[in-house]
Amino acid sequence: MSSPKYPGFDTLALHAGQSPDPATGSRAVPIYQTTSYVFRDTAHAASLFNMERAGHVYSRISNPTVAVLEERIAALEGGVGAIATASGQAALHLAITTLMDAGSHIVASSSLYGGSHNLLAYTLKRFGIATTFVRPGDLEAWQRSIQASTRLLFGETLGNPGLDVLDIPAVAAIAHDAGVPLLVDSTFTTPYLMKPFSLGADLLYHSATKFLGGHGTTIGGVLVDSGRFDWGKSGKFAQLSEPYAGFHGMDFEDESGTRAFLLRARREGLRDFGACMAPMTAFQILQGVETLHLRMPRHVENTRKVVQFLAAHAMVETVLYPELPGHPDHELCRRLLPRGAGAVFSFNLKGGREAGRAFIESLRVFSHLANVGDAKSLVIHPATTTHYRMSDEDLKKAGITAGTVRLSIGLEDCQDLLDDLERALAAARRAAP
Amino acid sequence: MQIEIDGRKAFAYTAAHALDPAKPSVVFLHGAGLDHSWFGLQSRYFGHHGRNVLALDFPGHGRSDGPPLASVEEMAGWVARVLDAANVRTASLVGHSMGSLVALECAARYPERVERIALIGTAYPMKVGEAFLEAARRNEQGAFDMETIWGHAPKAPLGGNPNPGMWMYGDTLARLGRLGPGVLHAGLKACNGYAAGIESAAKVKCPALFILGERDQMTPPKAAGSLSQAIAGARVVRLPSGHSIMAEAPDATLDALVEFLPAPAAVK
Repeated sequence: MSSPKYPGFDTLALHAGQSPDPATGSRAVPIYQTTSYVFRDTAHAASLFNMERAGHVYSRISNPTVAVLEERIAALEGGVGAIATASGQAALHLAITTLMDAGSHIVASSSLYGGSHNLLAYTLKRFGIATTFVRPGDLEAWQRSIQASTRLLFGETLGNPGLDVLDIPAVAAIAHDAGVPLLVDSTFTTPYLMKPFSLGADLLYHSATKFLGGHGTTIGGVLVDSGRFDWGKSGKFAQLSEPYAGFHGMDFEDESGTRAFLLRARREGLRDFGACMAPMTAFQILQGVETLHLRMPRHVENTRKVVQFLAAHAMVETVLYPELPGHPDHELCRRLLPRGAGAVFSFNLKGGREAGRAFIESLRVFSHLANVGDAKSLVIHPATTTHYRMSDEDLKKAGITAGTVRLSIGLEDCQDLLDDLERALAAARRAAP
Repeated sequence: MQIEIDGRKAFAYTAAHALDPAKPSVVFLHGAGLDHSWFGLQSRYFGHHGRNVLALDFPGHGRSDGPPLASVEEMAGWVARVLDAANVRTASLVGHSMGSLVALECAARYPERVERIALIGTAYPMKVGEAFLEAARRNEQGAFDMETIWGHAPKAPLGGNPNPGMWMYGDTLARLGRLGPGVLHAGLKACNGYAAGIESAAKVKCPALFILGERDQMTPPKAAGSLSQAIAGARVVRLPSGHSIMAEAPDATLDALVEFLPAPAAVK
C-alpha cells in the first residue's frame, strides 16, 4: 500500500464537507431553507433529541447547508469540528460562555478589534466575567496576569489595528502551563496564511464576514475546536467534565474528550443563546471559501505593493505592516506568516486630523466603510469609528493615533490603487497645516 | 465510571446510568489508538434503551491508565476482569477492529459469560504493514496519518459527516494526538501478532454478527471471510462505509446492532 496522502488545501476549500446531494445529485451545495426536519417515527425523534442518532432536528441547532460550511472550515483549519454562528462576535461569545461562569477571568491581548474589546472590557464585566488586557508581545505580562479564576487566554493572530503578531507557540505554552486553553481570532490570516492549531492554539474563530466570505455581502462567524485541549485533565472546566442538569445530566467529557467543547457549545450555546447561522448565509460564505486559495495570494500581492508605496511616501509617517523590517514583530512574522501578513494594515499620516479627513474623502477606488476583507479595497479612520469607544489610554495601548488610517487591500488592478492613494495623499498634503 | 483493574484506573462509559443487575449488558471495545467515544451514538442508544453499557477505554487509551496491553489475549483477560469488577455476569460484546479480535477471543475463552458478539470492521489475519508498524514504533506523525487516512473511506475527507459540523479526520487525529508514546504501536502489534483467530472462531457458540464496510481500506470485507465462515451461523451485514463504520454509517450500524442484540424484554 502506498503512503497515504491528505487532500490539498485547494481541494478541501472546494469539496470538504459535501457530497453531491443524495436527493437530487446537485453538485453545488443545496440551500436547505428549512427550520425543521420530519422524523421517521416517534422512536427516531426521541433518538435524535437524545443524541443517539446523527442528524438534524431544528436549524437553530444544526442545518445541512450550515454543516457543510462548518465541516469545510474545520477541515481547512485541521480541527475536530466547527460551529457556524450569526457573526464573528457571536462566535467569540459562544466560546466564552461555553467555558465560563460569573467569576471567571480572561487574559486578553490589548490589540483587539474594538467590538471584541467592548465585549470583554464592558459587556461581559456586567455578567461577572473579568478581563485583564496585556500587550500581545509582553509574554511576562501574559504569565503575570493569570489568576486562579483564569479560564482563557485570548488574542488575534494579527492584532487590530497595529498588526502585532501573536506569538502563538509562546502564549499557548503559558496557557497550557496554567491549565487553560488559548483562543485566537484568526480572521485576518484565514487558514490560507496561518494554521493556529499547528502552532499550539486550542480554539479559534473567524469573522467569516471578512476574507472567508470575501465579497462584503454577508455577516457570519465560525468557531473551531482543535479537540486537543484535555478539559478533564485541566480540572478547571466543570462545564465540560461534570454532569449538566441542562442536558439530562450529560457529562460532555465522558461522552467524548475530543468533542466535549463543541457538544456543549452546540447543545447549550446554540440552543439557549440562539446566535445561529442561516442556511443562505452559509451558502454565500461557502461561495467565498471556494476561492479563498486564489484570492488570498492576490490580496497579499497587492498589499505588499501598497505597503512599499506608502512606506516610501513623504506624507506617511509610519506603516504598520510586520513584513517591514522596522515593525516590532518582523522576525515573528517571518517565522509564523511565511505566506504573508494579510491584507489589512494601518499607517500613520502626517498632518493631523485635517489631512486625514482630506485623504479619506479624496479616495475614489477605496470605499470608506466599516469592514475589512472585502474583494474591494476599503479605508477607515479607527480613532473616530471602529475604536471610538476606547479611552485615549486604551487607544494608545492599541497603537492608534489621530493620524492612523486603516486600509483593507482588495483585488483591483494594483496600479489603480496606487494612483488613488497618490491622489489622496496629495490632497492630504494640501490640507495639512 | 472509574474501575480499578490490576491496580490501575480504567474508564467505562455507562451513558450516565448506574449498572442494574436486572438489565442485559453490552460492552463496547474500541480499535487501536482510539477510545470509547468511537461508539458514541451507539453506546448512548443502548444505555438509554434498557441495557447496561460499558464502553471501555483499553489501558493507555482515552481515560484509562497505561501501560497498553501487548496482545489480544491479554486484552481479553482484562475485559473479563472488568466484568468481574463491575459485577456483570454475562454481556454481549461489540468490538471494532482490534476490539473485534478481543470480542472474538473473549467469546472463545469465556463462553459462559459472552451472550453475543458483534465484530465491526474486522479481518483475520489482521496484518499491519511493516511501514505502518515501524512509524508507530517510532511514534511518528506518519503513523497517525496512516491510521487516519486508511481508517476511513477514500471519499471521507470530501464527503459530508453524518454528525453535523464534525470533521472525521480531525477527530481521529485529535484522539491519536492524545496517546502516550508507544500506545498505537502496542495496539497495531497486538493485531498483527494475533494468531488464534480461526481456532478461537471455531470455539464460538454464541450468535455472531459481522458488520463490514464495503469501502474499508484497512480491513476490506473479503478479509473477514475466514472468520465469518468459521463461526457457525454468523450473519454478515455490509454497509457503504470505510473502516470507521460507527462514524461513517452511524445509523445503519445502530440499526444492525439493534436487530442483533435482543430487546431487554426478550432476554431471560
